[in-house]
Amino acid sequence: MPKVTVDGVELDVPQGATVLQACELAGKEIPRFCYHERLSIAGNCRMCLVEVSPGPPKPQASCALPTAEGQVIKTDSPMVKKAREGVMEFLLINHPLDCPICDQGGECDLQDQSVAYGRGATRYDENKRAVTEKYMGPIVKTVMTRCIQCTRCVRFAEEVAGVEDIGAIYRGENMQITSYLERAVASELSGNVVDLCPVGALTSKPYAFEARPWELAKTLGIDMMDAVGTNVRIDARGRQVLRVLPRVNDDVNEEWASDKTRHHVDGLTRRRLDRPYVRKDGQLVEASWAEAFDAIKVAKAGKSVAAIAGDLVDCETMFAAKALVNALGSDLLEGRQTGLDYDVSSLSAVNFNTGIAAAENADVILLVGTNLRWEAPLINTRIRKAVWKKGAKVFAIGPEKDQTYKVSWLGDDASLVGKLPAAALDALKGAERPLIILGGGGLAVPGVHGAAIALAKSVNAVKDGWNGFSVVHMAASRMGGLMLGYAQPGGIKDVVAAKPKLAFFLGADEVDFTGFAKTLKVYVGHHGDKGAHAADVILPAAAWTEKDFTTVNTEGRVQRSEKAVFAPGDAREDWSIFRALADALGVNVGFDSFDQCRAAMIAAVPALGQEGLADYGWSAPKLPAKPEARAIPSPIKDFYLTNAICRASPTMQRCSEELVHGVDFAEAAE
Amino acid sequence: MADAPQIPDEAEVRARWGAFAWTKENAEKAKAVIARYPAGRQRSAVMPLLDLAQRQVGAETQTQGWLPVPVIEYVAAELDMPFIRAYEVATFYTMYNLVPVGRYHVQVCGTTPCLLRGSDDVMAACKNRGMVKGKTTPDGLFTLTEVECMGTCTNAPMVQINDDNYEDLDFDSMARILDDLAAGKSPKAGTQNPKRHTSEPEGGPTTLKDMVKANHDYRKEW
Repeated sequence: MPKVTVDGVELDVPQGATVLQACELAGKEIPRFCYHERLSIAGNCRMCLVEVSPGPPKPQASCALPTAEGQVIKTDSPMVKKAREGVMEFLLINHPLDCPICDQGGECDLQDQSVAYGRGATRYDENKRAVTEKYMGPIVKTVMTRCIQCTRCVRFAEEVAGVEDIGAIYRGENMQITSYLERAVASELSGNVVDLCPVGALTSKPYAFEARPWELAKTLGIDMMDAVGTNVRIDARGRQVLRVLPRVNDDVNEEWASDKTRHHVDGLTRRRLDRPYVRKDGQLVEASWAEAFDAIKVAKAGKSVAAIAGDLVDCETMFAAKALVNALGSDLLEGRQTGLDYDVSSLSAVNFNTGIAAAENADVILLVGTNLRWEAPLINTRIRKAVWKKGAKVFAIGPEKDQTYKVSWLGDDASLVGKLPAAALDALKGAERPLIILGGGGLAVPGVHGAAIALAKSVNAVKDGWNGFSVVHMAASRMGGLMLGYAQPGGIKDVVAAKPKLAFFLGADEVDFTGFAKTLKVYVGHHGDKGAHAADVILPAAAWTEKDFTTVNTEGRVQRSEKAVFAPGDAREDWSIFRALADALGVNVGFDSFDQCRAAMIAAVPALGQEGLADYGWSAPKLPAKPEARAIPSPIKDFYLTNAICRASPTMQRCSEELVHGVDFAEAAE
Repeated sequence: MADAPQIPDEAEVRARWGAFAWTKENAEKAKAVIARYPAGRQRSAVMPLLDLAQRQVGAETQTQGWLPVPVIEYVAAELDMPFIRAYEVATFYTMYNLVPVGRYHVQVCGTTPCLLRGSDDVMAACKNRGMVKGKTTPDGLFTLTEVECMGTCTNAPMVQINDDNYEDLDFDSMARILDDLAAGKSPKAGTQNPKRHTSEPEGGPTTLKDMVKANHDYRKEW
């Protein structure tokens, strides 16, 4: 613990801390552009200069200077002030004065810091440098003349995203940041470089010229695009969500968000169901709420009712639907809409037990039937960190897909889980913190789940202080649904076999509706997608930005999200739909307000009342562990079009065409 | 920025150079270069390999050689590194040509010592032969580039043509060298001043004269 003095205040700093970190511990603000906590240190912007003695009699870049015992650091001396003014002046020499037409305006590090540390007037009257436009894909808009070459984006692409596509070419004054040959950056995390860019060089393409940051109402939310539960901030103006940005949560998403999380929002205003519909003579026609409820009432379903939850629904919605279904006298609930039927007798066996943050400590990792990069991009960054920073080894069973790190592919035969090749087995056995990650593809093959649990036991993956058996889900509703009992022993097959007269589909679009031909299908959801096409009655509901809710991510973390905007048209929050429907059907669901609904849910499942990790205990059931010898399927065919909101989003469609299907847009963009 | 090289059309370059591979001889050399670096650090060999590739391209095209994108990718793939990293290296160093050059790549130094000693005349001699900065002459013989200091200031002004330096130039000697090259001759490299051999002072030493004959201890005289 070196003892240093910062502006006359003595303090102890951790061993290996940099001078910049010491200054921050002392509560001093150090301006910076290139330094970023989660990236490696570059030390090339020179904005963080401070005066350090002992040392050479000149300002030092504090971000790259380690602290030493007895250092005296000054952050407010005339030398530092002059140095910062000088650096700022140099940075601004080639930076265009186009703040009024720059999307970064109002949230620009360069703008803020030039106000705080700059000279106030320019002495430069030469020509400024201009840089030719670059193309970086459908997400990132570039105005490279504004670039100050901090190289944060280059380091992010290399270190976090694992897609080495961005680099700095040429040198000196001619240095330019570009993607390789100006191709689209093929990463599902590319949007993060927009947040990282301290100036307006990289901005969000779909959000270009939409709004200024001070116009936006900011709401804290939890993303529902995948089961990671990314903490986000929903920025809305009036009734429209304009963008979604990640919030810092070191336990979940650090400060990243996938492109789907960021840019599905333009789907929230398209293809919306904004009024009820009832199918008459094979056609869906607009109806009033009363007519829609009547259509449900006349079915006289009695006890023959089921509810099927889709991927985007929250716990309160599922609870409200469950309350109605129970009140009608049924218990037919299912959330695994694509037909998965894995055992859920113990939730610990289907949970990401290791924890997302802890996953980066694993030393040998086995991926079973998961394309982690698409199923949970922000868990994949943790695994990449384990590989890249700590040298973890990764083996995988399943269809080969680039995971951005080195993977030893063992093959895609499911039976391999039962009889692992010796190299992988020995590595897992010899590992201190082995980690077995079972994904959606693995869960789809009978026997793989049991075999993976047996494997975890045999390699001693679950021990004191380390649980190395983890399941990664793809649906944000999955863990919450399982906690609320949305699972039948035989999966959705059981629901089909029960031949319900009435079934509620809670935003369920991926269901095979052929099994429900004789059922009155009520779609409660927000987008006119596959589910709505198949439905007999459509009740318009709120999307995730339009309601308060509780959700549980794949590691069992209970999180709450707040309402940012109102649902469009006649659409209502889901809980109120089921409350009203209960009246129409003459039953009582036991709540009259959202708060009562949530309280009732918490009374039924206490774990949902406590934000943070739910404790499922570890009691893995003994399951059949003889996987069939067949290829493990890959459940996600297209990362950008996994749910109804994405499919409605022009940005996601464009990403899909360009990055998944290889349509070339580069020319058209110019 | 305006005089940054315009990378040639990608489709055309890929069609011409997509099948680039080492010649047997160069494959051996590449192997030897990679072997100089510890295992796992093979990326360190990127600069010599890019140079080797450029020379091979030069040999194939009868020019000084350049680095088409597929060739950079070939080298990057050989070293198991991302293409952009090799591309960064190739764009950073002026010794790698990103556009085709002529048979003789005339690099005229225009930095202060050369400027003071008459690099303008040298440049004029080049322009006199129809060369334009950054361009190749229509006959494909010469490409003219103005470069920064090549570290031959004692013999300023100088040019580097392919792998040879020509020093102590003036308008006439430069014109003669270019004529010789154009005629297929190989003019004498190094200093063009008949009174000098290398970089020694013209007309004999001007300092440390006592050292010429024997090791003289100057310390007593300080």
